[in-house]
Amino acid sequence: MRLAFEIALRFLKSGKGQTLLIALGISVGVAVQIFIGSLIQGLQISLVDTTIGSSSQITITSESDDKTIKDWKRTVYEAQISSPEIINVSPSLDGPASIDYENDTASVIIRGFILEDADKIYKFKNNLYQGQFPKNRGEAIIGKELAVKSGTEVGDNIALLTTRGNVITLKITGLFDLKVSSINDSWVVTDLKTAEDIFPTEGVTSVEMQVKDVFLADEISRQVAYTVSENNLKVDNWKDLNQSLLSGLNGQSISSYMIQIFVLVSVLLGISSVLAISVVQRSKQIGILKAMGIQDKDASLIFVFQGLMLGILGAILGICLGIGLLLMFTKFALNPDGSPVVPIYINYGFIALSGMFAVVTASTASLIPARITSKLNPIEVIKNG
Amino acid sequence: MANIIELKNINKIYGEKIKTQVLYDINISFEANSFNSIIGESGSGKSTLLNIIGTLDKPTSGELYIEDKRTDTMNKLELSILRNKTIGFIFQFHYLLPEFTAKENVLMPHKIHSYHVPKEVDEWADELLNFVGLSKVKNNKATNMSGGQQQRTAIARALINKPKIILADEPTGNLDSETTENVYSILRNINKKFNTTFIIITHDQRIAEKTDRIVQVKDGRINLDLRK
Repeated sequence: MRLAFEIALRFLKSGKGQTLLIALGISVGVAVQIFIGSLIQGLQISLVDTTIGSSSQITITSESDDKTIKDWKRTVYEAQISSPEIINVSPSLDGPASIDYENDTASVIIRGFILEDADKIYKFKNNLYQGQFPKNRGEAIIGKELAVKSGTEVGDNIALLTTRGNVITLKITGLFDLKVSSINDSWVVTDLKTAEDIFPTEGVTSVEMQVKDVFLADEISRQVAYTVSENNLKVDNWKDLNQSLLSGLNGQSISSYMIQIFVLVSVLLGISSVLAISVVQRSKQIGILKAMGIQDKDASLIFVFQGLMLGILGAILGICLGIGLLLMFTKFALNPDGSPVVPIYINYGFIALSGMFAVVTASTASLIPARITSKLNPIEVIKNG
Repeated sequence: MANIIELKNINKIYGEKIKTQVLYDINISFEANSFNSIIGESGSGKSTLLNIIGTLDKPTSGELYIEDKRTDTMNKLELSILRNKTIGFIFQFHYLLPEFTAKENVLMPHKIHSYHVPKEVDEWADELLNFVGLSKVKNNKATNMSGGQQQRTAIARALINKPKIILADEPTGNLDSETTENVYSILRNINKKFNTTFIIITHDQRIAEKTDRIVQVKDGRINLDLRK
């Protein structure tokens, strides 16, 4: 076995050009795999983050007649303990209203939050472009579009007409821009106490929360549904509500896997054919080794070791090349504001996996030449001089 | 002297559909420590005979005994061990591994059965290289040696495991006459010094005459068997 390794190493060292060429071939394959994989992962993460990162991923609502969760403090607690994956639980009391401005009206949704909790989901504070967060009862913030069309500025009071016919005045302390026009256009965000004043009901209309791994939201939502004790509660999750986004993401993943598989296959065929040629090139030497008593297994191992070493060399080169490509892409392909055009996600686990795949592929590729070697009959070589 | 190699009714037929019989009922034995030559025209079957003796080729029928052990029924693994320990080969073409130095090539048969090279084997390799007159070039790669030097390296390689039998198929076929003389005197010296049995195929009448026994193969049969 050690002799096979020594011979393999010598073979590789003596044909430096050939060795380098194969290693480069493997490394290009690995680099492409790492680059495409990281690109797709980065795209998906940024897509998921922009679509659902700043919204409720699991939402509990009530199916009772008045659509309210009566014992909401208990429901919040139960949601929190139902899974360690759950974060940022936030109750809200919502209701419709309309706003009068100049000669038009617009319908809005009044959302009463425990503001500090809701901020963890929606990141209002980070997206306030004017004014500040509400501190007292009767204060609210509104989105950019709504502010523009109603001509509202920080410090103004707005008059809201509820469905019950009451007119409520709220003081606007800040304007936010969540980059989602439906929210910017319709939300009037205030604290829970203020909302309770406006809608004199018992309880809240929903409990919202996020999860650590967004792709587990459906499973976790089932745990939440199992844990909550109040009757008539309904638990929704983003995956069930966004099937088309999910199938889009899946399609993207599958096409990325296909590319990666074909890259692997071409690397496999390349190495296999080059090694098979090198068996033919060295058939005389292998023949004499066999005449001298080397066993078929050890003779085959020479080529398996060559494949293994080429795989390792190619993987190392490929990882360097792949990371280099990624860094260049993030450094030089930039938006005008300096952020990368495509956010790239460097996942070291994935990179290590790609490297390992290359090693396994190269070793697999060496099985064909190894088999040829094993079948090589020394007499054929010696007879043919 | 006891026989070290014994062939009984050896036949060899090549081909499946069109059968060509190369050897017909060969019965011959070789004594231990003897120095033999096989002569014959090309196509007479002498190389096939040598390859069967060396277990590189299998007889179609018949029995082959090496050191009283029947070898034609052995499996590949047993044969490779037998070849490694008992038989040394010298071919017309040296087939050295060009990636290795002369000394590494000489040590190769030892490394095949045991990777570790003890001091005495290392010294034995030096002694062999000295014996074939290659002390100065022992650390040269095979590609940096002359044809004669490479062939002498192959001779040293055939001896490293102290085999009881050396089979040589036209070992000097592509060497000039002076080098040929030189190689034969080396082989003869080895035969005397280490009691190694030699079977040498040769075209060269003068060389054959210097051996203890001349076997002539003609059309797959033993035509002549001369002993001194």
